[in-house]
Amino acid sequence: MFKLEKSDLSLLIIVAVLTLFAPFILNPFPADSAMSQFNAGYPDLMQRFVIFGIFAVGFNILFGLTGYLSFGHAAFLGVGSYAAIWMMKLLTMNVIPAIVASVVVAGLISFLVGWISLRRSGIYFSILTLAFAMMMYQLAYSDLFGQLFGGILTGGETGLQPKVADPRILDAPLDPGANPKAHLFGLEMGSSFKLDIAGWQFTFNAGYYIAAFAMLCAFYLSIRIFRSPFGMMLRAVKSNQQRMNYTGLNSKPYTLAAFVISGMYAGLAGGLLVAMDTQVGAERMFWTASGEVVIMTILGGVGSLIGPVLGAGVLKYMENILSKINKGVLETWFSFMPDGMSDFFIAITNLFVGKQWHITTGVIFMLVVIYLPGGLVEGGRRLGNRFQRSGKERQNHTKPAE
Amino acid sequence: MGILEVKNVGKRFGGLQALSEVNLSIKENSVHAIIGPNGAGKSTLLNCLVGKLIPDTGSVMFDGRSVLGRAPFEINQMGISRVFQTPEIFGDLSVLENMMIPCFAKRDGAFEMNAFSDVMSQKDVLEKAEHMLEEMNMADKRHMHSASLSRGDKRRLEIGMCLSQEPRLLLLDEPTAGMARADTNNTIDLLKQIAADRDITIAIIEHDMHVVFSLANRITVLAQGTPLVEDDPENIRGNPKVREAYLGESA
Repeated sequence: MFKLEKSDLSLLIIVAVLTLFAPFILNPFPADSAMSQFNAGYPDLMQRFVIFGIFAVGFNILFGLTGYLSFGHAAFLGVGSYAAIWMMKLLTMNVIPAIVASVVVAGLISFLVGWISLRRSGIYFSILTLAFAMMMYQLAYSDLFGQLFGGILTGGETGLQPKVADPRILDAPLDPGANPKAHLFGLEMGSSFKLDIAGWQFTFNAGYYIAAFAMLCAFYLSIRIFRSPFGMMLRAVKSNQQRMNYTGLNSKPYTLAAFVISGMYAGLAGGLLVAMDTQVGAERMFWTASGEVVIMTILGGVGSLIGPVLGAGVLKYMENILSKINKGVLETWFSFMPDGMSDFFIAITNLFVGKQWHITTGVIFMLVVIYLPGGLVEGGRRLGNRFQRSGKERQNHTKPAE
Repeated sequence: MGILEVKNVGKRFGGLQALSEVNLSIKENSVHAIIGPNGAGKSTLLNCLVGKLIPDTGSVMFDGRSVLGRAPFEINQMGISRVFQTPEIFGDLSVLENMMIPCFAKRDGAFEMNAFSDVMSQKDVLEKAEHMLEEMNMADKRHMHSASLSRGDKRRLEIGMCLSQEPRLLLLDEPTAGMARADTNNTIDLLKQIAADRDITIAIIEHDMHVVFSLANRITVLAQGTPLVEDDPENIRGNPKVREAYLGESA
C-alpha cells in the first residue's frame, strides 16, 4: 500500500493513529486534577506539535541525509508565514492559497539562499545560512523593502495580521468590527468539538486535524524520499563527496534539491502557523528559532524517519508545559513537607521550571547527545533490543539442551 | 593514436615545477604503468587527467575530446574511472548500496531527481549491482556496512564500483599500497582478469615493481616531472637510465 515497504507502512500507520487520537493520548489526566497541567491535549499545543514536526522532518531531509547543517531554516519558515498572511490579506481567508503560497515562496527563497550557501560545505555553509537568516530577520524586523517602496511588506516590529479593511478580492466584504478568521471552505480553524467523559475533557480542533493531515502527507513524502534513489544519492553526499564526484555524479544539484525541499517543508510549517493563528512577527525568523529545529532533530534522532517528529514534540511539550509551572504551583506540590524542607525543594526545583525551562531542555539535550548519540529513536531501539534479548534468553532457558 | 593523449603538460606549484613537457600516449586496451621515484609527479599527472588539477600548459585528450576544464564528474561520465590510493567508498552505506550508486550514475547520468520511486524497485540497477558483487566475490557481504570491510575487500569493492560504470579507461593510483602480500597478489590477479575479460584500458601508477612487472605491457618512467623513457617491460628492466633515476648515480 502507498508503495511502501512493510516496516515503513506500519510506521506511517502508527504515526497516523497517534495523531488521530492525540486529543485522547495527550490528555491522560482529568480536567480538575492537580496533574491536569501536564495535559498537552489542547488545540494550540497540539497544532504546534504537528507543525514543528513538519519543520523538523523537512530539516532532517537536508541535515539527516546530506549532513549539511543549515543554521538558518527559521528564515524559510518566516518567509512562508509572511507569504501566507499576504494571501489572507489580498485574496481570501481560505487557508489553501495561503499554504500553497507559503510553500512556493519559501521554495524560491531557499533556492536563492541554497545556490549561494552551497558553494561552501561544513562550518562555512552553516555560517553562510546563519548570515542569510539574520539578514532576512533584520529585513523583516525593519521592513526595509516596505519602507523603500513606501508601503508595508512585513510590518516591521508589529508584524502583520489580516484586517477588516484588507482588499481580499475573493471574499465577500466583512462587517465592520468583525474579525477575519482563517477557514477551509467555511470550516473555521478555531472551531472545536468538546467531548466530556467523566472528569475528562477532550477537544477536537479543526485546525489541528488539518495541520495533522499536512504533517502525515509531509511525513509520507519524506519516507518516499528516504527510500528513493534520490535519497540514496543524498546519503552518498554525506558519506563521501569525493567518491561521488569520481563516480560521475554531480553533488551540487543533489544538495541544492535537498535544501530547497527542506526549505519548502519549513515554508509549509510557516504557512500552517499562520493558518492556525493569523499573525506573524519577525521574531519567528530569529536565529534561536533556527537553532531550535537543529535541537529537535538531534534530540529525536538525526537521519531517522520518526526522530524529528519526536524531537519536535518533546521540545514543544517542555516549552509549553514546564514553562507554566511557577512558584505558586511548586508551593502546592511541596506543601506536605515541613516548612524549611519545602522551601529548599521549591528553590531547587524552581531552577528547572517556569522561565528557566531552557535549563531542563539543556540538561536533557546534553544527556541525549552524550549517552544516546542516535537520539530518542536510538533509545527506543536499545530498549526494544533489550526486551527482545531478555525474551529470547528466557526462551533459551526453557529449551532443554539437545 | 592512443585513447588518452597527453601533450606538453606542465604544472607548477609556486616555486616547484611538478610537471614539465609531459608527453604520454596510452593505447587502447593496454595496461600502461606509470612509475617513478617519490616526487616524480605521478600523482600530479593523475590529478591532471581526472579534473582535480588543471595543468598550466599542454593538452589532455581522451578519445579525441579534451578533458581540460571539465569537472571530475564530467570526465568520469566521459568514461574515465579512478581508483584511489586509499579506497574511497561510501562508508556509511551497505556494500550493495555502494555498488548500486555507480549503476545509477551510469543509467541516469550526473543528476536525476528520482525522488518518488523505491530504490528496490529499480530491478535493472539492482541486478547489475548484484551481478558485479558476485563477480567481485563479495555477494555474501552485500548487507555489510562497507566501512567494516577489510582493506582488501574495500579495494575490491572500489574496483567493482568503477567497473560497473563500464569505463573505457580505468586509472589506478597505487592500488596495492599498504596491503599485505596476499592481498596484493589477489589484487594483481583481479586486475589481470579484468584486463583479459573486458574491453578496457588500464593505467596504473605504482611503486611496487612486482605489481608493475606482473601487470603492465607498457611502462612510462617519470623522473623529476618529466618522462624519462617509455618502453616495454623487458626493456625497462635493463635500462640504465631507469636504474639511475631510482637508485641514484652510485648504483
